Amino acid sequence: MANSGLETSGNVTSLGNDRLLELYKQLVLIRQFELRAIDERRQGLIPGFIHPYIGEEACAVGACAALNKDDFITSTHRGHGHLIAKGGDVRYMMAELAAREVGYCAGKGGSLHMTDFDLGIMGANGIVAGGIPMAVGAALAFKMQTPPLSPPLVEGTEGRMRVALSFFGDGATNEGAFHEALNMAGLWKLPVIFFCENNLYGEGTPQNKQAPVAQLSNRAASYAMPGVTVDGNDVFAVYEATHAAVERARNGAGPTLIEGLTYRYRGHYEGDPQVYRSRQEVEEWQGRDPLPRFRRALIEHGISDGEIEEKEGEVFALVDEAVIFARQAAPAKVEDALVGVYGDTHNGLVF
Amino acid sequence: MRTITYSDAINEALREEMDRDPNVFIIGEDVGTMGGVFGVTSGLLSRFGAARVIDTPISEAGIIGAALGAAMMGMRPVAEIMFGDFLGCAGDQLINQVAKARYMSGGKARVPLTIRVATGAPGASAAQHSQSPESWFMNIPGLKVVCPSTPADAKGLLKTAIRGEDPVLYFEHKMLYAEKGAVPDEDLLTPFGCAGILRKGSDVTIIAIGSMVKHALSAAEKLSSGPAPISCEVIDPRTLVPLDVPTLVESAKKTGRVVIVHEAHKRSGPGAEIAAIIAEEALDYLDSPIARVAARNVPLPYSPALEQYVLPNENDIVRAVKALYR
Repeated sequence: MANSGLETSGNVTSLGNDRLLELYKQLVLIRQFELRAIDERRQGLIPGFIHPYIGEEACAVGACAALNKDDFITSTHRGHGHLIAKGGDVRYMMAELAAREVGYCAGKGGSLHMTDFDLGIMGANGIVAGGIPMAVGAALAFKMQTPPLSPPLVEGTEGRMRVALSFFGDGATNEGAFHEALNMAGLWKLPVIFFCENNLYGEGTPQNKQAPVAQLSNRAASYAMPGVTVDGNDVFAVYEATHAAVERARNGAGPTLIEGLTYRYRGHYEGDPQVYRSRQEVEEWQGRDPLPRFRRALIEHGISDGEIEEKEGEVFALVDEAVIFARQAAPAKVEDALVGVYGDTHNGLVF
Repeated sequence: MRTITYSDAINEALREEMDRDPNVFIIGEDVGTMGGVFGVTSGLLSRFGAARVIDTPISEAGIIGAALGAAMMGMRPVAEIMFGDFLGCAGDQLINQVAKARYMSGGKARVPLTIRVATGAPGASAAQHSQSPESWFMNIPGLKVVCPSTPADAKGLLKTAIRGEDPVLYFEHKMLYAEKGAVPDEDLLTPFGCAGILRKGSDVTIIAIGSMVKHALSAAEKLSSGPAPISCEVIDPRTLVPLDVPTLVESAKKTGRVVIVHEAHKRSGPGAEIAAIIAEEALDYLDSPIARVAARNVPLPYSPALEQYVLPNENDIVRAVKALYR
């Protein structure tokens, strides 16, 4: 599922049918991975919390399609979709959820902290807005490293500025860290994209009870960067906005704030009683589901039902394989709890 | 060997490490044009340029977060927090992000990040510019806590921090900046977790931290003469995390009496942890209760008279040592 080698272009349709099919496969994989994880949690394979991303898949897939492998993202507590869209391997993701030694964080992080630097994933994050300043720091490093100090991860990219993209929700835009980070990035014109997934609720409180502005992309104006709002359930719209922001960032023109309007179908966390919204509202948004929308677009591009079903079949096989992989993997070893806090341990004085 | 100030020693360490490694850079409030509010980074902007000596907005969370992200991408940032009291503004970044990144990523994240922090009471600066917050961070696995007390340690510990693999809170005491001391000419890398035995003694172990080290040494000198001399061993842990437990415990076992001295508040200060370790590992060797000399448990007052009453001093150390023999 890696998107390495993707030639970004302003129009998603120019990516070609193979690429469109891959993006569709990512959408379906995110959804099926999470549905299966929810099920496996109920059945006892997964001990911890899950914050499902279901309904928001177009944001992750559209945004990451505009990035290269050696660009970096920061993610959130609702991070499974971002990881998969950036190339994350669902076997290691499921193994981490199941607290296995081979999981992405060796069983020490769980859903909230999955990280893979080889894929450009600086980590999901358990703190709302926690990853945004970190993305600014990565962008600062990219600017300092252009031309790179060391050989680039992807051949042929010498001298090209890498970018950082930070995913966060609407709730994060009320945190101080968001404003400090955007201020610095705007001031220094850093190669970073701030991607706000506005799903209308910060945990259990509607967005309009959390902020005095309705259109969150307006917040960009304070930090001298463009702010755009797009349909976050439309892969094409998300891709095109992100692509423009990435080009701007690579060219040294600075950051962009993108707001994708979207919706989560399930609770803030799995088990949330959702007393703060109506069934009707959920059903209305399900009528704008990004998956059938993108599927219809594929048909319009001349891709056959058979080709699409083949991809869907591949997804089910991948998810099955991930669950079997996680079940069969060895649990994290208790003695490893006392390893890996520090890189230098000073003759065992710290671990 | 040259005699230079603590402030110059820090400046030298920064300059040498930036000369040595292009990944090292400085980021903080007023570190460039102003050379730091205490002048510690003066001259570095003109030598290394604005790309490597970065003046920031007043945004402590942004500074620490940016330094963290850059560190994860292979840089070796040295962030400056102007007053230790301001660390609270960077709370989440420091406590939940910087400290835990390596562990909770299963070792994937590398965070070679040094955070220089001006600590301690500079005099008549009141409760938001005078604190010694070292022990707040001893309770957070993932951070290292360093407290140089001399120019040589200031240089050697800073260079070790910058070349290391982990986040380090490097607490430099404002009242030590002008102190002079001998600093070796060669490349000086002072190891973490190696306490300094600054004065040998046989009757009492005085464990002193940061600005209190010089007061402990003069108290030990006073106690060594007179009709009932007391021989004090003075130890500077140099780093609180990692802590050189073997050296502290060995000295406690030898002398049987321990006084711990620091400028931080007494309640849950570094001395609480050190006293607990000595009680756990050397209680049977002790001839008297472990004593602590520290700031009284109130916010630091502005009035110089009140402040002096709250902060520990040399006479308090002398009294505490003598009280062990009552």
